[in-house]
Amino acid sequence: MTTTQMQALASQVRRDIVRMVHAVQSGHPGGSLGCTEFMTALYTSVMNHDPKNFTMDGRGQDMFFLSNGHLSALWYSILARTGYFPVSELTTFRKLNTRLQGHPTPAEHLPGVRVASGSLGQGLSVAIGAALSKRLRNDPNLVYTLHGDGELQEGQIWEAAMFAAGRKVDNIIATIDYNGKQIDGPVDEVMPLGNLRAKWEAFDWIVLEMDGHNFNDILSTLAKAKSLTGNGKPIVILMHTHMGQGVDFMTDKHQWHGSPPNDKELESALSQLKETEGDY
Amino acid sequence: MTAYTSNEQKDTRSGFGAALLQLGRINPDVVALCADLKGSLKMDAFAKEFPDRFFQAGIAEANMIGVAAGLAIGGKIPFTGTFANFSTARVYDQIRQSVAYSNTNVKICASHAGITLGEDGATHQSMEDIGLMKMLPNLTVINPCDYNQTYKATLAIADFKGPVYLRFGRPKVPNFMPIDQPFEIGKAILLSPGSDVSIIATGHMVWLALEACSILNEQGISAEVINIHTIKPLDTEAVLQSVKKTGCVVTAEEHLMNGGLGDSIAQLLSLQLPAPLEMVAVDDKFGESATPEELMVKYGLDVPHIVAAVQKAISRKR
Repeated sequence: MTTTQMQALASQVRRDIVRMVHAVQSGHPGGSLGCTEFMTALYTSVMNHDPKNFTMDGRGQDMFFLSNGHLSALWYSILARTGYFPVSELTTFRKLNTRLQGHPTPAEHLPGVRVASGSLGQGLSVAIGAALSKRLRNDPNLVYTLHGDGELQEGQIWEAAMFAAGRKVDNIIATIDYNGKQIDGPVDEVMPLGNLRAKWEAFDWIVLEMDGHNFNDILSTLAKAKSLTGNGKPIVILMHTHMGQGVDFMTDKHQWHGSPPNDKELESALSQLKETEGDY
Repeated sequence: MTAYTSNEQKDTRSGFGAALLQLGRINPDVVALCADLKGSLKMDAFAKEFPDRFFQAGIAEANMIGVAAGLAIGGKIPFTGTFANFSTARVYDQIRQSVAYSNTNVKICASHAGITLGEDGATHQSMEDIGLMKMLPNLTVINPCDYNQTYKATLAIADFKGPVYLRFGRPKVPNFMPIDQPFEIGKAILLSPGSDVSIIATGHMVWLALEACSILNEQGISAEVINIHTIKPLDTEAVLQSVKKTGCVVTAEEHLMNGGLGDSIAQLLSLQLPAPLEMVAVDDKFGESATPEELMVKYGLDVPHIVAAVQKAISRKR
């Protein structure tokens, strides 16, 4: 897929996100909008995966784990738009009997989802376990994850970081949505992360950085990350993003972490996002 | 009268360790993780023979549970090992989300359960773990009674698809279950038939229930002894069938009353077959340091307490 095509898809995904959270007046638009380019690039042009043949054990394919499960609207849109399930199913988001639960879960057997996430800080450990299972069966495919920066305040993340380096788990590429915002305000006020690059380096991870809104940078950084796998070290990418990217009144505002737009705000948001592939 | 006898004292955790090694040899998908207690959990032999399939997680239990969930997603059968407290209370949310709700095929194996951990005291004695684990949907909870049953249970859970909490202990206790006794998850074992009272016991208390049964027999009381190794799913049919016959029940477990086997039996009986019930269990207290034997007496988890509970239960029938 060309970056122009990715731009077009990303615009549609952003429309999906704001429409989904507006429809049920709940959900998390901020982080979802901020990670749209990353997820679009990952699922259309980076991962080795087969949407029509999803398997829980991911044998012979790359695997992805969304650790910050509140980005469910983004993930569901990406999964649907890349063929995991019908796009029309996005209408069921957060409604009774849906497979598209508020936070992702395999309990409803939605293709693409392998573990529940929502309670933060657990996805890195799970992804490391999946990476170990690949190592045990000599499967050369990789495991990708996405985490919030606020999520890094959870202690389990650093337990996992220590484990991955100590056990030389070098088939995993973790990405941090480094937008500097969390529910209660700026990350630096709520609980400062300090020198995040130095922290990961001190845990003996390879650290890369990229602009999460630039497809060329995302693609080249992920390509570089891929080339660095298999060398005895886990890899983390600090992805610089803006919460609420693509919708002017949401951009860089932590208040949009978990608030839905009202009717007027939806109209304004949609006027800024081109319908490229047809609304669900 | 009971036909069960014991000529040897063995720790249940060694039954786990021996079975884990056996599983390593017969099932290439079995992997093991430990949080800096592989000696205590008797996982050394597995770790030595299968170094690529053993993962030392260090003193980081939350991560260990998560890594185990990931290994299960990848098609492996992970067995985690640490003390019961660190296997449950410390990692409750990790088990809840990554194991129970996600229904990952993780086997959470917990040693040093109950008060018989002894001298280390209440920080390390877990008497609420059965309750914590049975509360979680999708989780199967198993508490075997001796070395042989722990061995068989460990083999059985590897073949069972779904998350399991397997609870065992530290001290050497009588090994009395025949090694050829079939072990079926969710199926109670009738150890001694009787007609006056049903003694329903789990874990280390099963042997004490058999000893109580002998004493009661001398007093002319015919006690039926049932070994419940699977707390969840509970073998409701076996319990109801027994209580229909005997008309009263005593439960015995090395656990708090709240959340334990007795609590499960009480729920079952009050819904389906109300009958006098006495519980031999710890009543809303933390433990303390002492020898396991001293603690079992002080906390009311011994043969005289079972006998007294039986007499009380029978008296309530009249």
